[in-house]
Amino acid sequence: MIKLSHIEKTYDSAAGPVMALKGIDLEIKRGEIYGIIGLSGAGKSTLIRCINMLERPTAGKVIVAGEELTALSNKELRRARKNIGMIFQHFNLLSSATVYDNIAFPLRLAGVDAAGIKAKVEPLLELVGLEDKAHQYPAQLSGGQKQRVGIARALASDPKVLLCDEATSALDPQTTKAILELIKDINHKLQLTVVVITHEMQVIKEICDKVAVIEHGVIAEQGTVLEVFTNPQQPITKEFISVVISNELPSAFRQAEISPTPLPGSQLLVRLTFIGDSADDPVIAGLIRNFQIEVSILFGNLDHIKLTPYGRMIIGITGEQAEIDKALAYLSSKELKTEVIGYVTRHARIAD
Amino acid sequence: MSQDMLALLIKSLGETVYMVTVSMVIATVIGVPLGVLLVTTAKNQILECIVFNRVLAAVVNTVRSIPFIILMVAIIPLTRIIVGSSIGTAAAMVPLTIAAIPFIGRQVETSLKEVEYGVIEAALAMGASPFQIIWHVLLPEAVAGIISQLTTVVIALVGSSAMAGAIGGGGLGDLAIRYGYQRFRPEVMLATVIVLVVLVQIVQFAGNFAAKKLNKK
Repeated sequence: MIKLSHIEKTYDSAAGPVMALKGIDLEIKRGEIYGIIGLSGAGKSTLIRCINMLERPTAGKVIVAGEELTALSNKELRRARKNIGMIFQHFNLLSSATVYDNIAFPLRLAGVDAAGIKAKVEPLLELVGLEDKAHQYPAQLSGGQKQRVGIARALASDPKVLLCDEATSALDPQTTKAILELIKDINHKLQLTVVVITHEMQVIKEICDKVAVIEHGVIAEQGTVLEVFTNPQQPITKEFISVVISNELPSAFRQAEISPTPLPGSQLLVRLTFIGDSADDPVIAGLIRNFQIEVSILFGNLDHIKLTPYGRMIIGITGEQAEIDKALAYLSSKELKTEVIGYVTRHARIAD
Repeated sequence: MSQDMLALLIKSLGETVYMVTVSMVIATVIGVPLGVLLVTTAKNQILECIVFNRVLAAVVNTVRSIPFIILMVAIIPLTRIIVGSSIGTAAAMVPLTIAAIPFIGRQVETSLKEVEYGVIEAALAMGASPFQIIWHVLLPEAVAGIISQLTTVVIALVGSSAMAGAIGGGGLGDLAIRYGYQRFRPEVMLATVIVLVVLVQIVQFAGNFAAKKLNKK
Protein backbone atom coordinates (compact mmCIF):
# COMPACT_ATOMS: atom_id res chain seq x y z
CA MET A 1 0.00 0.00 0.00
CA ILE A 2 2.85 2.33 0.85
CA LYS A 3 6.34 1.98 -0.50
CA LEU A 4 9.14 4.36 0.28
CA SER A 5 12.35 3.78 -1.55
CA HIS A 6 15.50 5.50 -0.55
CA ILE A 7 13.90 8.67 0.72
CA GLU A 8 16.25 11.52 1.45
CA LYS A 9 15.34 14.94 2.73
CA THR A 10 17.75 17.81 3.14
CA TYR A 11 16.87 21.18 4.64
CA ASP A 12 18.80 24.36 4.12
CA SER A 13 19.51 26.04 7.39
CA ALA A 14 21.63 29.01 8.36
CA ALA A 15 24.35 26.58 9.41
CA GLY A 16 24.31 24.81 6.03
CA PRO A 17 22.29 21.88 4.72
CA VAL A 18 20.86 19.51 7.30
CA MET A 19 20.04 15.99 6.24
CA ALA A 20 16.88 14.98 8.08
CA LEU A 21 16.34 11.68 6.27
CA LYS A 22 19.26 9.70 4.95
CA GLY A 23 17.84 7.02 2.73
CA ILE A 24 14.72 5.42 4.18
CA ASP A 25 13.30 2.23 2.70
CA LEU A 26 9.96 1.12 4.01
CA GLU A 27 7.14 -1.07 2.82
CA ILE A 28 3.74 -1.06 4.47
CA LYS A 29 1.14 -3.60 3.47
CA ARG A 30 -2.59 -3.05 3.12
CA GLY A 31 -4.44 -3.20 6.44
CA GLU A 32 -1.33 -3.02 8.57
CA ILE A 33 -0.84 -0.68 11.48
CA TYR A 34 2.74 0.40 11.09
CA GLY A 35 4.49 2.27 13.89
CA ILE A 36 7.44 4.56 13.42
CA ILE A 37 9.13 5.45 16.67
CA GLY A 38 11.99 7.80 17.33
CA LEU A 39 13.17 10.56 19.63
CA SER A 40 12.32 14.14 18.72
CA GLY A 41 14.58 15.26 15.91
CA ALA A 42 15.06 11.72 14.63
CA GLY A 43 13.22 12.58 11.43
CA LYS A 44 9.95 10.73 12.03
CA SER A 45 7.75 13.80 11.52
CA THR A 46 9.53 14.58 8.27
CA LEU A 47 9.14 10.97 7.23
CA ILE A 48 5.37 10.86 7.73
CA ARG A 49 5.05 14.17 5.85
CA CYS A 50 6.92 12.61 2.94
CA ILE A 51 4.20 9.95 2.67
CA ASN A 52 1.58 12.56 1.69
CA MET A 53 4.21 14.90 0.25
CA LEU A 54 3.59 17.74 2.68
CA GLU A 55 7.37 17.55 2.58
CA ARG A 56 8.76 16.80 -0.84
CA PRO A 57 11.66 14.35 -0.51
CA THR A 58 14.96 15.59 -1.93
CA ALA A 59 15.53 12.15 -3.41
CA GLY A 60 13.73 8.82 -3.54
CA LYS A 61 10.31 7.53 -4.49
CA VAL A 62 7.02 7.57 -2.61
CA ILE A 63 4.38 5.15 -3.84
CA VAL A 64 0.96 5.12 -2.19
CA ALA A 65 -1.89 2.91 -3.43
CA GLY A 66 0.03 2.14 -6.59
CA GLU A 67 0.62 5.78 -7.46
CA GLU A 68 4.05 7.34 -7.49
CA LEU A 69 3.41 10.59 -5.63
CA THR A 70 6.91 11.90 -6.24
CA ALA A 71 6.16 11.96 -9.97
CA LEU A 72 2.86 13.87 -9.77
CA SER A 73 2.16 17.50 -10.56
CA ASN A 74 0.75 19.69 -7.80
CA LYS A 75 -2.74 19.30 -9.16
CA GLU A 76 -2.55 15.52 -9.44
CA LEU A 77 -1.02 15.44 -5.98
CA ARG A 78 -4.01 17.27 -4.51
CA ARG A 79 -6.29 14.60 -5.94
CA ALA A 80 -4.03 11.78 -4.70
CA ARG A 81 -4.00 13.26 -1.20
CA LYS A 82 -7.70 12.53 -0.87
CA ASN A 83 -6.62 8.89 -0.52
CA ILE A 84 -4.52 9.73 2.50
CA GLY A 85 -6.15 10.92 5.72
CA MET A 86 -4.04 12.54 8.40
CA ILE A 87 -4.49 13.33 12.07
CA PHE A 88 -2.24 15.56 14.12
CA GLN A 89 -0.87 16.00 17.62
CA HIS A 90 -2.61 19.36 18.01
CA PHE A 91 -5.72 18.26 16.09
CA ASN A 92 -5.56 21.25 13.69
CA LEU A 93 -9.32 21.72 13.53
CA LEU A 94 -10.97 24.82 12.12
CA SER A 95 -11.81 26.81 15.24
CA SER A 96 -14.40 28.82 13.32
CA ALA A 97 -16.38 25.75 12.24
CA THR A 98 -18.61 23.36 14.18
CA VAL A 99 -17.80 19.69 14.66
CA TYR A 100 -20.16 18.90 11.79
CA ASP A 101 -18.55 21.45 9.48
CA ASN A 102 -15.07 20.31 10.41
CA ILE A 103 -15.91 16.77 9.39
CA ALA A 104 -17.65 18.08 6.27
CA PHE A 105 -14.64 20.19 5.34
CA PRO A 106 -12.80 17.72 3.06
CA LEU A 107 -16.12 16.95 1.35
CA ARG A 108 -16.78 20.65 0.71
CA LEU A 109 -13.30 20.95 -0.75
CA ALA A 110 -14.18 18.09 -3.07
CA GLY A 111 -17.41 19.81 -4.10
CA VAL A 112 -19.84 17.30 -2.55
CA ASP A 113 -23.40 18.70 -2.20
CA ALA A 114 -25.21 19.21 1.11
CA ALA A 115 -27.15 15.94 0.91
CA GLY A 116 -24.01 14.00 0.12
CA ILE A 117 -22.22 15.67 3.02
CA LYS A 118 -25.02 14.82 5.44
CA ALA A 119 -25.04 11.19 4.32
CA LYS A 120 -21.31 11.01 4.99
CA VAL A 121 -20.91 13.08 8.14
CA GLU A 122 -23.68 11.55 10.22
CA PRO A 123 -22.33 7.97 10.19
CA LEU A 124 -18.86 9.37 10.94
CA LEU A 125 -20.19 11.28 13.94
CA GLU A 126 -21.64 8.02 15.14
CA LEU A 127 -18.45 6.09 14.45
CA VAL A 128 -16.41 8.42 16.65
CA GLY A 129 -19.21 8.80 19.23
CA LEU A 130 -19.86 12.52 18.87
CA GLU A 131 -23.48 12.59 17.63
CA ASP A 132 -24.46 14.95 20.43
CA LYS A 133 -21.60 17.39 19.76
CA ALA A 134 -22.30 18.02 16.07
CA HIS A 135 -23.10 21.70 16.51
CA GLN A 136 -20.47 22.60 19.05
CA TYR A 137 -17.24 24.40 18.26
CA PRO A 138 -13.81 22.82 18.88
CA ALA A 139 -13.13 25.23 21.76
CA GLN A 140 -15.97 23.56 23.67
CA LEU A 141 -14.47 20.07 23.33
CA SER A 142 -11.91 18.12 25.35
CA GLY A 143 -8.65 17.00 23.77
CA GLY A 144 -9.93 13.48 23.21
CA GLN A 145 -13.10 14.75 21.57
CA LYS A 146 -11.09 17.06 19.32
CA GLN A 147 -9.00 14.11 18.17
CA ARG A 148 -12.19 12.17 17.46
CA VAL A 149 -13.29 15.03 15.23
CA GLY A 150 -9.84 14.90 13.61
CA ILE A 151 -10.26 11.19 12.96
CA ALA A 152 -13.76 11.59 11.52
CA ARG A 153 -12.52 14.41 9.31
CA ALA A 154 -9.61 12.30 8.09
CA LEU A 155 -12.01 9.48 7.21
CA ALA A 156 -14.56 11.64 5.40
CA SER A 157 -12.91 11.31 2.00
CA ASP A 158 -12.75 7.48 2.28
CA PRO A 159 -8.97 7.33 2.39
CA LYS A 160 -6.98 4.13 1.92
CA VAL A 161 -4.31 5.26 4.33
CA LEU A 162 -4.48 7.05 7.67
CA LEU A 163 -1.39 8.90 8.88
CA CYS A 164 -1.23 9.61 12.61
CA ASP A 165 1.33 12.21 13.56
CA GLU A 166 1.84 11.93 17.35
CA ALA A 167 -1.93 11.70 17.51
CA THR A 168 -2.05 10.85 21.20
CA SER A 169 0.95 12.79 22.48
CA ALA A 170 -1.13 15.69 23.73
CA LEU A 171 -3.65 13.44 25.50
CA ASP A 172 -3.77 11.94 28.99
CA PRO A 173 -3.25 8.18 29.38
CA GLN A 174 -6.97 7.23 29.58
CA THR A 175 -7.86 9.32 26.55
CA THR A 176 -4.83 7.94 24.72
CA LYS A 177 -6.11 4.44 25.33
CA ALA A 178 -9.58 5.31 24.05
CA ILE A 179 -8.22 6.99 20.91
CA LEU A 180 -5.91 4.06 20.21
CA GLU A 181 -8.87 1.70 20.60
CA LEU A 182 -10.77 3.79 18.08
CA ILE A 183 -7.88 3.70 15.60
CA LYS A 184 -7.57 -0.05 16.05
CA ASP A 185 -11.30 -0.41 15.54
CA ILE A 186 -11.28 1.68 12.36
CA ASN A 187 -8.30 -0.24 11.01
CA HIS A 188 -10.23 -3.42 11.53
CA LYS A 189 -13.62 -2.24 10.24
CA LEU A 190 -12.42 -0.34 7.19
CA GLN A 191 -9.32 -2.39 6.40
CA LEU A 192 -7.47 0.90 6.49
CA THR A 193 -3.69 1.02 6.38
CA VAL A 194 -2.48 3.08 9.33
CA VAL A 195 0.90 4.71 9.88
CA VAL A 196 1.57 5.84 13.42
CA ILE A 197 4.37 8.21 14.37
CA THR A 198 5.13 8.33 18.05
CA HIS A 199 7.81 8.66 20.67
CA GLU A 200 5.86 6.44 23.06
CA MET A 201 6.54 2.70 22.96
CA GLN A 202 3.24 2.17 24.75
CA VAL A 203 1.42 3.28 21.59
CA ILE A 204 3.40 0.86 19.44
CA LYS A 205 2.78 -1.97 21.86
CA GLU A 206 -0.91 -1.23 22.03
CA ILE A 207 -1.89 -1.13 18.37
CA CYS A 208 0.93 -1.72 15.90
CA ASP A 209 1.65 -4.84 13.88
CA LYS A 210 5.04 -3.68 12.70
CA VAL A 211 7.47 -1.10 13.87
CA ALA A 212 10.44 0.82 12.54
CA VAL A 213 12.80 2.52 14.94
CA ILE A 214 14.24 5.65 13.41
CA GLU A 215 17.37 7.38 14.65
CA HIS A 216 19.42 10.18 13.06
CA GLY A 217 17.42 9.97 9.83
CA VAL A 218 17.90 6.25 9.23
CA ILE A 219 15.90 3.19 10.21
CA ALA A 220 17.85 1.56 13.00
CA GLU A 221 15.66 -1.50 13.24
CA GLN A 222 12.38 -2.76 11.86
CA GLY A 223 10.20 -5.84 12.06
CA THR A 224 7.03 -7.12 13.66
CA VAL A 225 6.34 -5.55 17.02
CA LEU A 226 6.64 -8.95 18.65
CA GLU A 227 10.09 -9.58 17.17
CA VAL A 228 11.36 -6.16 18.04
CA PHE A 229 9.98 -6.28 21.57
CA THR A 230 11.22 -9.72 22.39
CA ASN A 231 14.53 -9.50 20.63
CA PRO A 232 15.66 -5.90 20.26
CA GLN A 233 19.02 -5.48 18.54
CA GLN A 234 19.91 -1.80 18.74
CA PRO A 235 20.61 0.19 21.92
CA ILE A 236 17.99 2.78 20.94
CA THR A 237 15.36 0.07 20.59
CA LYS A 238 16.27 -1.44 23.93
CA GLU A 239 15.96 1.97 25.50
CA PHE A 240 12.47 2.50 24.07
CA ILE A 241 11.36 -0.92 25.17
CA SER A 242 12.72 -0.53 28.68
CA VAL A 243 10.15 2.22 29.19
CA VAL A 244 7.22 -0.15 28.78
CA ILE A 245 8.85 -3.43 29.71
CA SER A 246 11.33 -3.08 32.50
CA ASN A 247 14.22 -5.45 32.29
CA GLU A 248 15.55 -4.57 35.69
CA LEU A 249 15.95 -7.15 38.42
CA PRO A 250 13.57 -7.03 41.35
CA SER A 251 14.73 -4.32 43.74
CA ALA A 252 15.99 -6.84 46.32
CA PHE A 253 18.65 -8.02 43.87
CA ARG A 254 19.70 -4.78 42.28
CA GLN A 255 22.53 -4.15 44.73
CA ALA A 256 23.61 -7.77 44.88
CA GLU A 257 26.73 -8.98 43.21
CA ILE A 258 25.99 -11.37 40.40
CA SER A 259 28.46 -14.16 39.95
CA PRO A 260 28.79 -16.30 36.84
CA THR A 261 29.73 -19.31 38.99
CA PRO A 262 27.94 -20.85 41.96
CA LEU A 263 28.80 -19.51 45.41
CA PRO A 264 28.01 -21.15 48.72
CA GLY A 265 24.32 -20.70 49.48
CA SER A 266 23.60 -18.92 46.20
CA GLN A 267 20.65 -19.30 43.87
CA LEU A 268 20.65 -19.09 40.12
CA LEU A 269 18.54 -16.31 38.65
CA VAL A 270 16.92 -17.10 35.33
CA ARG A 271 14.73 -14.81 33.24
CA LEU A 272 12.02 -16.60 31.25
CA THR A 273 10.06 -14.99 28.45
CA PHE A 274 6.88 -16.60 27.17
CA ILE A 275 5.37 -15.52 23.88
CA GLY A 276 1.96 -16.44 22.54
CA ASP A 277 0.73 -19.95 23.23
CA SER A 278 3.82 -20.95 25.22
CA ALA A 279 2.43 -18.75 27.99
CA ASP A 280 -0.04 -21.57 28.62
CA ASP A 281 2.64 -24.25 29.01
CA PRO A 282 3.06 -25.30 32.70
CA VAL A 283 6.85 -24.93 32.64
CA ILE A 284 7.38 -24.14 36.32
CA ALA A 285 5.37 -27.15 37.42
CA GLY A 286 7.50 -29.25 35.04
CA LEU A 287 10.68 -27.93 36.60
CA ILE A 288 9.66 -28.76 40.13
CA ARG A 289 8.23 -32.14 39.30
CA ASN A 290 11.11 -33.40 37.19
CA PHE A 291 14.20 -32.12 38.97
CA GLN A 292 15.57 -32.09 42.52
CA ILE A 293 15.53 -28.32 42.74
CA GLU A 294 13.66 -25.58 44.47
CA VAL A 295 12.16 -22.83 42.39
CA SER A 296 11.09 -19.49 43.75
CA ILE A 297 9.29 -16.95 41.61
CA LEU A 298 10.87 -13.56 42.15
CA PHE A 299 9.05 -11.62 39.50
CA GLY A 300 6.21 -12.36 37.13
CA ASN A 301 4.22 -10.36 34.64
CA LEU A 302 1.80 -11.15 31.85
CA ASP A 303 1.30 -8.48 29.24
CA HIS A 304 -0.08 -8.23 25.74
CA ILE A 305 1.62 -6.95 22.63
CA LYS A 306 -1.39 -5.98 20.57
CA LEU A 307 -3.25 -9.31 21.00
CA THR A 308 -0.36 -11.69 21.69
CA PRO A 309 0.19 -12.72 25.32
CA TYR A 310 3.70 -11.90 26.45
CA GLY A 311 4.81 -13.18 29.83
CA ARG A 312 8.00 -12.52 31.70
CA MET A 313 9.27 -14.16 34.84
CA ILE A 314 12.41 -14.22 36.91
CA ILE A 315 12.91 -17.34 38.93
CA GLY A 316 15.53 -18.34 41.47
CA ILE A 317 16.74 -21.95 41.37
CA THR A 318 18.56 -23.69 44.20
CA GLY A 319 19.76 -27.28 44.33
CA GLU A 320 22.59 -29.55 43.23
CA GLN A 321 24.53 -28.13 40.30
CA ALA A 322 23.89 -31.21 38.17
CA GLU A 323 20.14 -30.88 38.71
CA ILE A 324 20.26 -27.17 37.90
CA ASP A 325 22.05 -27.92 34.65
CA LYS A 326 19.41 -30.50 33.74
CA ALA A 327 16.69 -28.01 34.59
CA LEU A 328 18.28 -25.42 32.29
CA ALA A 329 18.47 -27.98 29.49
CA TYR A 330 14.79 -28.73 30.07
CA LEU A 331 13.95 -25.01 29.87
CA SER A 332 15.82 -24.55 26.62
CA SER A 333 13.91 -27.46 25.13
CA LYS A 334 10.67 -25.53 25.71
CA GLU A 335 9.25 -22.87 23.48
CA LEU A 336 10.34 -19.94 25.51
CA LYS A 337 13.30 -17.67 25.87
CA THR A 338 15.63 -18.54 28.76
CA GLU A 339 18.25 -16.10 29.90
CA VAL A 340 20.62 -17.04 32.72
CA ILE A 341 21.35 -13.97 34.77
CA GLY A 342 23.81 -15.47 37.28
CA TYR A 343 24.21 -16.65 40.83
CA VAL A 344 23.24 -14.47 43.71
CA THR A 345 23.79 -15.33 47.33
CA ARG A 346 20.96 -15.13 49.76
CA HIS A 347 23.37 -13.30 51.98
CA ALA A 348 23.58 -10.42 49.54
CA ARG A 349 19.85 -10.26 49.51
CA ILE A 350 19.64 -9.94 53.25
CA ALA A 351 22.33 -7.27 53.28
CA ASP A 352 20.25 -5.36 50.79
CA MET B 1 -27.15 76.56 18.45
CA SER B 2 -29.27 77.76 15.61
CA GLN B 3 -31.36 75.62 13.30
CA ASP B 4 -28.97 76.46 10.47
CA MET B 5 -26.01 75.32 12.46
CA LEU B 6 -27.74 72.05 13.35
CA ALA B 7 -28.55 71.45 9.69
CA LEU B 8 -24.92 72.13 8.85
CA LEU B 9 -23.77 69.71 11.53
CA ILE B 10 -26.01 66.97 10.15
CA LYS B 11 -24.86 67.65 6.61
CA SER B 12 -21.22 67.47 7.72
CA LEU B 13 -21.83 64.25 9.59
CA GLY B 14 -23.38 62.87 6.42
CA GLU B 15 -20.31 63.89 4.43
CA THR B 16 -17.96 62.26 6.91
CA VAL B 17 -19.95 59.04 6.98
CA TYR B 18 -20.14 59.06 3.18
CA MET B 19 -16.43 59.68 2.68
CA VAL B 20 -15.38 57.10 5.24
CA THR B 21 -17.86 54.46 4.09
CA VAL B 22 -17.04 54.65 0.40
CA SER B 23 -13.29 54.82 1.03
CA MET B 24 -13.52 51.97 3.48
CA VAL B 25 -15.50 49.72 1.16
CA ILE B 26 -13.15 50.26 -1.78
CA ALA B 27 -10.05 49.99 0.42
CA THR B 28 -11.32 46.76 2.00
CA VAL B 29 -12.00 45.20 -1.38
CA ILE B 30 -8.37 45.89 -2.35
CA GLY B 31 -6.75 45.79 1.09
CA VAL B 32 -7.95 42.35 2.21
CA PRO B 33 -6.53 40.58 -0.87
CA LEU B 34 -3.38 42.65 -0.36
CA GLY B 35 -3.10 41.33 3.21
CA VAL B 36 -3.72 37.80 1.94
CA LEU B 37 -0.92 38.20 -0.61
CA LEU B 38 1.44 39.63 1.99
CA VAL B 39 0.96 36.49 4.08
CA THR B 40 0.67 33.77 1.47
CA THR B 41 3.62 34.81 -0.72
CA ALA B 42 6.02 34.93 2.25
CA LYS B 43 8.64 32.23 2.79
CA ASN B 44 7.27 28.73 3.43
CA GLN B 45 3.70 29.83 2.74
CA ILE B 46 1.23 28.37 0.27
CA LEU B 47 1.99 30.80 -2.56
CA GLU B 48 5.62 31.43 -1.70
CA CYS B 49 7.13 34.05 -4.00
CA ILE B 50 9.73 35.90 -2.05
CA VAL B 51 10.65 38.57 -4.61
CA PHE B 52 7.01 39.53 -5.14
CA ASN B 53 6.49 39.59 -1.39
CA ARG B 54 9.44 41.93 -0.83
CA VAL B 55 8.31 44.33 -3.57
CA LEU B 56 4.76 44.37 -2.22
CA ALA B 57 5.96 45.00 1.31
CA ALA B 58 8.17 47.87 0.12
CA VAL B 59 5.26 49.52 -1.73
CA VAL B 60 3.04 49.14 1.33
CA ASN B 61 5.66 50.65 3.59
CA THR B 62 6.24 53.56 1.24
CA VAL B 63 2.59 54.56 1.08
CA ARG B 64 2.18 54.06 4.82
CA SER B 65 5.12 56.32 5.62
CA ILE B 66 3.60 59.36 3.83
CA PRO B 67 1.65 61.62 6.24
CA PHE B 68 -1.97 61.85 5.11
CA ILE B 69 -2.01 65.60 4.60
CA ILE B 70 0.99 65.32 2.26
CA LEU B 71 -0.44 62.30 0.44
CA MET B 72 -3.63 64.23 -0.15
CA VAL B 73 -1.79 67.06 -1.86
CA ALA B 74 0.78 64.90 -3.60
CA ILE B 75 -1.76 62.78 -5.46
CA ILE B 76 -3.90 65.68 -6.66
CA PRO B 77 -3.11 64.89 -10.33
CA LEU B 78 -4.23 61.30 -9.81
CA THR B 79 -7.36 62.44 -8.01
CA ARG B 80 -8.17 64.70 -10.93
CA ILE B 81 -7.88 61.76 -13.33
CA ILE B 82 -10.08 59.52 -11.20
CA VAL B 83 -12.92 61.85 -10.10
CA GLY B 84 -12.42 64.68 -12.56
CA SER B 85 -11.79 67.27 -9.86
CA SER B 86 -9.26 67.90 -7.12
CA ILE B 87 -11.68 69.48 -4.67
CA GLY B 88 -14.81 68.28 -2.93
CA THR B 89 -15.96 65.23 -1.03
CA ALA B 90 -15.41 62.83 -3.92
CA ALA B 91 -11.88 64.17 -4.38
CA ALA B 92 -11.16 63.57 -0.69
CA MET B 93 -12.14 59.94 -1.02
CA VAL B 94 -9.27 59.14 -3.37
CA PRO B 95 -6.45 59.88 -0.91
CA LEU B 96 -8.50 58.38 1.94
CA THR B 97 -8.84 55.15 -0.01
CA ILE B 98 -5.21 55.11 -1.06
CA ALA B 99 -4.05 55.65 2.51
CA ALA B 100 -6.40 52.99 3.84
CA ILE B 101 -5.40 50.21 1.41
CA PRO B 102 -1.89 49.50 2.76
CA PHE B 103 -3.13 50.11 6.30
CA ILE B 104 -5.80 47.43 5.87
CA GLY B 105 -3.26 45.21 4.11
CA ARG B 106 -0.94 45.26 7.10
CA GLN B 107 -3.77 44.83 9.60
CA VAL B 108 -5.18 41.85 7.73
CA GLU B 109 -1.70 40.41 7.45
CA THR B 110 -1.37 40.52 11.24
CA SER B 111 -4.67 38.70 11.71
CA LEU B 112 -3.90 36.06 9.10
CA LYS B 113 -0.50 35.36 10.63
CA GLU B 114 -2.26 34.29 13.80
CA VAL B 115 -3.89 31.37 12.00
CA GLU B 116 -1.91 28.34 13.08
CA TYR B 117 0.09 26.73 10.33
CA GLY B 118 -1.14 23.34 11.49
CA VAL B 119 -4.65 24.13 10.26
CA ILE B 120 -3.27 25.08 6.85
CA GLU B 121 -1.20 21.91 6.83
CA ALA B 122 -4.31 19.86 7.62
CA ALA B 123 -6.09 21.44 4.65
CA LEU B 124 -3.09 20.76 2.40
CA ALA B 125 -3.14 17.15 3.55
CA MET B 126 -6.78 16.94 2.43
CA GLY B 127 -5.82 18.11 -1.03
CA ALA B 128 -6.99 21.73 -0.74
CA SER B 129 -5.75 24.16 -3.39
CA PRO B 130 -4.12 27.45 -2.34
CA PHE B 131 -7.28 29.35 -3.24
CA GLN B 132 -9.42 26.94 -1.20
CA ILE B 133 -7.10 27.40 1.75
CA ILE B 134 -7.40 31.18 1.55
CA TRP B 135 -11.17 31.08 1.17
CA HIS B 136 -12.08 28.20 3.48
CA VAL B 137 -9.31 28.32 6.07
CA LEU B 138 -7.37 31.57 6.34
CA LEU B 139 -10.20 34.08 6.03
CA PRO B 140 -12.83 32.26 8.15
CA GLU B 141 -10.26 31.50 10.86
CA ALA B 142 -9.07 35.11 10.96
CA VAL B 143 -12.41 36.84 10.42
CA ALA B 144 -12.92 37.96 14.02
CA GLY B 145 -9.43 39.48 14.10
CA ILE B 146 -9.93 41.10 10.70
CA ILE B 147 -13.18 42.74 11.87
CA SER B 148 -11.38 44.16 14.93
CA GLN B 149 -8.58 45.45 12.75
CA LEU B 150 -10.99 46.98 10.22
CA THR B 151 -12.70 48.78 13.08
CA THR B 152 -9.39 50.39 13.94
CA VAL B 153 -8.96 51.43 10.32
CA VAL B 154 -12.46 52.98 10.18
CA ILE B 155 -11.69 55.06 13.26
CA ALA B 156 -8.36 56.14 11.80
CA LEU B 157 -10.17 57.11 8.58
CA VAL B 158 -12.66 59.23 10.52
CA GLY B 159 -9.62 61.04 11.91
CA SER B 160 -7.97 61.42 8.51
CA SER B 161 -11.20 62.60 6.94
CA ALA B 162 -11.06 65.65 9.18
CA MET B 163 -8.16 66.82 7.05
CA ALA B 164 -10.26 66.53 3.92
CA GLY B 165 -11.43 70.09 4.58
CA ALA B 166 -8.03 71.17 3.30
CA ILE B 167 -9.15 70.24 -0.21
CA GLY B 168 -12.73 71.29 0.30
CA GLY B 169 -13.89 67.81 1.14
CA GLY B 170 -16.31 68.91 3.82
CA GLY B 171 -17.21 66.72 6.75
CA LEU B 172 -17.11 67.22 10.51
CA GLY B 173 -13.42 68.16 10.69
CA ASP B 174 -13.92 70.85 8.10
CA LEU B 175 -16.92 72.20 10.00
CA ALA B 176 -15.01 72.36 13.27
CA ILE B 177 -12.11 74.22 11.67
CA ARG B 178 -14.07 76.69 9.61
CA TYR B 179 -16.87 77.53 12.02
CA GLY B 180 -15.54 76.52 15.39
CA TYR B 181 -11.96 77.71 15.02
CA GLN B 182 -11.80 80.34 12.32
CA ARG B 183 -15.11 82.03 13.27
CA PHE B 184 -14.55 81.72 17.01
CA ARG B 185 -17.61 79.61 17.77
CA PRO B 186 -16.57 77.23 20.53
CA GLU B 187 -20.07 75.73 20.77
CA VAL B 188 -19.76 74.50 17.17
CA MET B 189 -16.34 73.06 17.92
CA LEU B 190 -17.71 71.30 20.98
CA ALA B 191 -20.75 69.98 19.13
CA THR B 192 -18.56 68.55 16.35
CA VAL B 193 -16.24 66.90 18.82
CA ILE B 194 -19.18 65.33 20.64
CA VAL B 195 -20.60 64.02 17.37
CA LEU B 196 -17.18 62.59 16.47
CA VAL B 197 -16.84 60.95 19.87
CA VAL B 198 -20.29 59.37 19.56
CA LEU B 199 -19.54 58.24 15.99
CA VAL B 200 -16.28 56.58 17.03
CA GLN B 201 -17.98 54.92 20.01
CA ILE B 202 -20.67 53.48 17.79
CA VAL B 203 -18.12 52.16 15.28
CA GLN B 204 -16.01 50.63 18.03
CA PHE B 205 -19.01 49.07 19.73
CA ALA B 206 -20.32 47.60 16.49
CA GLY B 207 -16.84 46.30 15.62
CA ASN B 208 -16.35 44.69 19.02
CA PHE B 209 -19.80 43.15 18.90
CA ALA B 210 -19.27 41.64 15.46
CA ALA B 211 -15.79 40.38 16.34
CA LYS B 212 -17.09 38.74 19.50
CA LYS B 213 -19.94 37.07 17.63
CA LEU B 214 -17.56 35.70 15.05
CA ASN B 215 -14.88 34.55 17.46
CA LYS B 216 -15.38 30.86 18.26
CA LYS B 217 -12.06 30.31 19.99
